[in-house]
Amino acid sequence: MNNKQLERWSPWLLLVAVITLWQIICSAFGVSDFIFPSPLRIWEQFWEFKGVIAGHAWRTFWVTMAGFGLAIVVGVLLGFVIGSSRIAYAAVYPLMTAFNALPKAAFVPILVVWFGIGIGPAILTAFLISFFPIMVNIATGLATLEPELEDVLRVLGAKRWDVLVKIGLPRSMPYFYASLKVAITLAFVGTTVSEMTAANEGIGYLLISAGSAMQMGLAFAGLMVVGAMAMAMYELFSVVEKHTTAWAHRGSQGG
Amino acid sequence: MADAAAIPFVDFQDVWLAYNEQLLRENHFAVEAIDLQVARGEFIAIVGPSGCGKSTFMKLTTGLRMPSMGRIRIDGQPVTGPLKISGMAFQSPSLLPWRTTVDNVLLPLEIVEPYRSSFKRRRREYEERARRLLQKVGLGGYEDKFPWQLSGGMQQRASICRALVHEPKMLLLDEPFGALDAFTREELWCILRDLWTEQRFNVILVTHDLRESVFLADTVYVMSKSPGRFVVRREIELPRPRELEVTYTKEFSDIVHELRGHIGAMRHAVAAREVA
Repeated sequence: MNNKQLERWSPWLLLVAVITLWQIICSAFGVSDFIFPSPLRIWEQFWEFKGVIAGHAWRTFWVTMAGFGLAIVVGVLLGFVIGSSRIAYAAVYPLMTAFNALPKAAFVPILVVWFGIGIGPAILTAFLISFFPIMVNIATGLATLEPELEDVLRVLGAKRWDVLVKIGLPRSMPYFYASLKVAITLAFVGTTVSEMTAANEGIGYLLISAGSAMQMGLAFAGLMVVGAMAMAMYELFSVVEKHTTAWAHRGSQGG
Repeated sequence: MADAAAIPFVDFQDVWLAYNEQLLRENHFAVEAIDLQVARGEFIAIVGPSGCGKSTFMKLTTGLRMPSMGRIRIDGQPVTGPLKISGMAFQSPSLLPWRTTVDNVLLPLEIVEPYRSSFKRRRREYEERARRLLQKVGLGGYEDKFPWQLSGGMQQRASICRALVHEPKMLLLDEPFGALDAFTREELWCILRDLWTEQRFNVILVTHDLRESVFLADTVYVMSKSPGRFVVRREIELPRPRELEVTYTKEFSDIVHELRGHIGAMRHAVAAREVA
């Protein structure tokens, strides 16, 4: 096996190694399944409850995607506004930073008051937690224009809008895709956290109910499913990024 | 009416520029008392130390900046805003990495009138023009490559094509060859010389390189730093067409030495002032 193949398979090898080690420790020390279930036990429970888990997982998935879709729309629009105007940048950025520092889980009870138990709080929590990186990245891409290039175009009579559309937006695309990868994983966090207190469905709800029924294997199985979904979406956006903005990954501009 | 050739193409009359109101009140000018008359089709070079206001001069000439005092006329008209008859290229080629070379060259035509409104309709024709231009500077076969697949010298050629594609009457170059190695630089001198000989647009070349200025220009201006003034005007009488061999002749190096002397004297003066 050469180095390149090794690199490609390394995440899987590491995963197998961790699971094996985990199983060995659980078996060797006879750890109780109620405290810390072994991988084998998690698998058994996963298989036993696969229908239930699939239902909750689907719910979590589409709720997350709804919140994430909202985050893309709002994040891109806000990012466009604050990236294209210095005044808007100065005005909005500090407030947004403060907002981003708030723990989003703290919004869940408020959202429950406004929207009741169910998909409302979950979608909005996913949205609140994931729009920020998208907004910041779009704004950064737009705000970092080379002054020479701007001169070249301005002398030709280019309006601000021309510069934004012809240069700013394409230039911010790599930043945008990079932010999607971060944002989608955050969105899953948001949905799960919200479902734990404010839903009767979804992986978050499953975690709480399995925990209170001392079904630790099931709870762990739920965690694994969220992790797998987030990772799959992350990989999806990596592929999209590579195919749409290949130019950004090769030495960019010389000179 | 006066003969068109008698009216200077670029006409600066006692032009002063301070970058903002406060600097103006403090009598702190980026460039001072610029008087300059450039004939139609003339190739001028401006040399001087870093930060002497060469780039400010370019902004004034293209109408990106208005003077605080004085009058600027280009092609007989007072300058009131950005001048579309000019093309610019800088030390950094600043090509867009998501566009192919030919699409980069086409960019100005998507923006400047009258091409802009007919761009979609006549795209094929314009693309033909861009390709011809690229072939002329030796980029034939690279038109559909991306900028990051080209060497630094090739990128700079493409950048000059971008500056020329809308057939400007005036080409402004701000140290365009500064980042290139000596051989590539001399190659590009010849390309620029040939383009200019063929199309006879006005060129204003800002440079640090005295040999470059003497080889290419009809007239070399030396600028001083703080205050940013034109202190020497030197006409280069070397016959055209000039080949690279001319740079090894005595006349050539005499002129370079003479200009070097002016700049050296200025630097000493500045140093003396700073000590005092």
